[in-house]
Amino acid sequence: MSRKSNLTLIVMGLWVLALALAPSLLGNYEVRIAISIAMFTALALSWNIIGGFTGYPSFSTAAFYGIGCYVGALAQRSGVPAALAWVAAAAFVGGVSFALGAIVLRLKGHYFAIGSIALVDISRLVISSWGSVTGGGNGLNVPLLEGRPPEVSALVLYVMLGIMVLAFVTNVIVDRTRLGFGLRCIDQNEDAADMVGIDTTRYKIAAFVLSAIFPGAVGAVYASWVGYIDPTDSFDILTTVKVPVMAMLGGAGTLLGPVVGAFSFVMLEEIFWANFLEWNRAIMGAIVVVLIFFLPGGILRLDWKRILRRLSDRSKARSTDKGSAKE
Amino acid sequence: MGFAQILANGVVLGTLYACIAIGFSLVWGVLNVINMLHGSFIVLGGYLTYFAWASTGISPVIILPVVAVALFVLGYALQYLFINKVVTAPVLTTLTLTFGLDMILYNLMTVFFTATPRRVSLDYGRIDALGVSMPVDRLIGMGLALVLTGLLFLVLKTSRIGRAIVAVRMDREAAALMGIRVNHIYATTFAIAALMAGAAGAVFAMVFPVTTNLSGVFLGKAFVICVIGGLGGVSGALVGGLALGIIESFAGVIVGPQNAITIGFLIMLFLLIVRPTGLVGVKGYE
Repeated sequence: MSRKSNLTLIVMGLWVLALALAPSLLGNYEVRIAISIAMFTALALSWNIIGGFTGYPSFSTAAFYGIGCYVGALAQRSGVPAALAWVAAAAFVGGVSFALGAIVLRLKGHYFAIGSIALVDISRLVISSWGSVTGGGNGLNVPLLEGRPPEVSALVLYVMLGIMVLAFVTNVIVDRTRLGFGLRCIDQNEDAADMVGIDTTRYKIAAFVLSAIFPGAVGAVYASWVGYIDPTDSFDILTTVKVPVMAMLGGAGTLLGPVVGAFSFVMLEEIFWANFLEWNRAIMGAIVVVLIFFLPGGILRLDWKRILRRLSDRSKARSTDKGSAKE
Repeated sequence: MGFAQILANGVVLGTLYACIAIGFSLVWGVLNVINMLHGSFIVLGGYLTYFAWASTGISPVIILPVVAVALFVLGYALQYLFINKVVTAPVLTTLTLTFGLDMILYNLMTVFFTATPRRVSLDYGRIDALGVSMPVDRLIGMGLALVLTGLLFLVLKTSRIGRAIVAVRMDREAAALMGIRVNHIYATTFAIAALMAGAAGAVFAMVFPVTTNLSGVFLGKAFVICVIGGLGGVSGALVGGLALGIIESFAGVIVGPQNAITIGFLIMLFLLIVRPTGLVGVKGYE
């Protein structure tokens, strides 16, 4: 184990600790932001397994998240305790993603992207037209968690952090084992990976399922937290693009990239929501455009040394220019 | 409702669908880009037509070409300035970029036009023939959609620029060696796609109310139609559009309109897996 990967673990540990201290040190508003950060970090880390390591342009996150919301909510409404409902949602979404993965992972490139977006649309349409069970377009009320509001939000934060840590650990394990090696081979050249004996279908399905169970759990916890869900919010196409954007912002295919990306994105969004409510969407779009053009490898892949050197070169050049002008 | 009526509704809807999907199919086929802006282009075309009609009272049939030209310019600029820079990047990059651009356009539209549904209401009455009753404005819309589709087919088939687009679609490198300016062709293709989207929006606004929230719906339709019909050709979009229109029309009567949309998506997923080239997918346009 190299020194660099140990550093990654230490940084992540400190970050989890910092977020966990939010309820005892900061106010309600900051705790809410911390929950958002933990939630989106978990989603971005999950996407990283299929989108980052494997290089499959998956836009299914919102489908898993939304199904998680509904399974958790329905389980709780029928009397299942909250914690069990969350686990059930994760397990159910895992099963669904296994079945769906076997279908859509036969596609590649553009067709896979379209197929994965279609999964979000199909899930939303099925949930909203199955009114007798899901409440249709009217949405569902979810039993609220017991306790005073600050206690509830602290509990939600810890649970979200727990899911985030599990997602991170999964990333570390995938990164260091045969599975991660195989997935990277598929990313580089799927046919060649197949030729050298990697069971590409099994590997891809494993990646797809791992990228689905955490969003399922996150959705279920979110449903218990807010107490009300509806199809438009649960299966939002924005979620499905926001999550890959976060992972790419930090650096897709790395361990800390999705963590850095989710944190930066949530903070930016928070600032823009607060100050430019009407233009929020356009500003987010502009961030996406800037990301694609100026940060193609993400924040973590920036060559900081080179940038600093270039900056100092430039200032040096300027001072010598001045010097030569005087001469 | 009788069988003939349902079929007629499906065919009218199908020609409109073909017109919606054709630009999306062209961009996917030629540039290899999934254009997430497409739905908003259609909505923009519809809104511009509505506001031009509401403020001047000029017939939308005359406004349509003007709107189409405006969208052509917008499309050319967007492709030339932004999308062209990453046109050879993996689908994740191009799709995310066009989605980002779409967020900006969508926001601009909600601010300037608000999300109120708008419709160019032309009260021309209905026509009854052969046991089928159809509002005249829908027939005009269908006629316009067919004319537009036909024009695009002719342009691709006979004009110099059209042949160049087909050549780039078939083999980018060989086309470049023959002296075709590939970047110019890419931008022109994207601009033609935006033009068709704007015109489709104008036609749509004469038949159904248009609102910004529909941009995602239009985009979803374009996905389904392209996969059903096959990519890049006028015939693919026409077959896919008509198929989806007729399927939705019948499914709407049998299982309800909400489920009809789901069935469209399920058929698309099925076809993606068994026949990803679509029903009439071909390599060039021939």
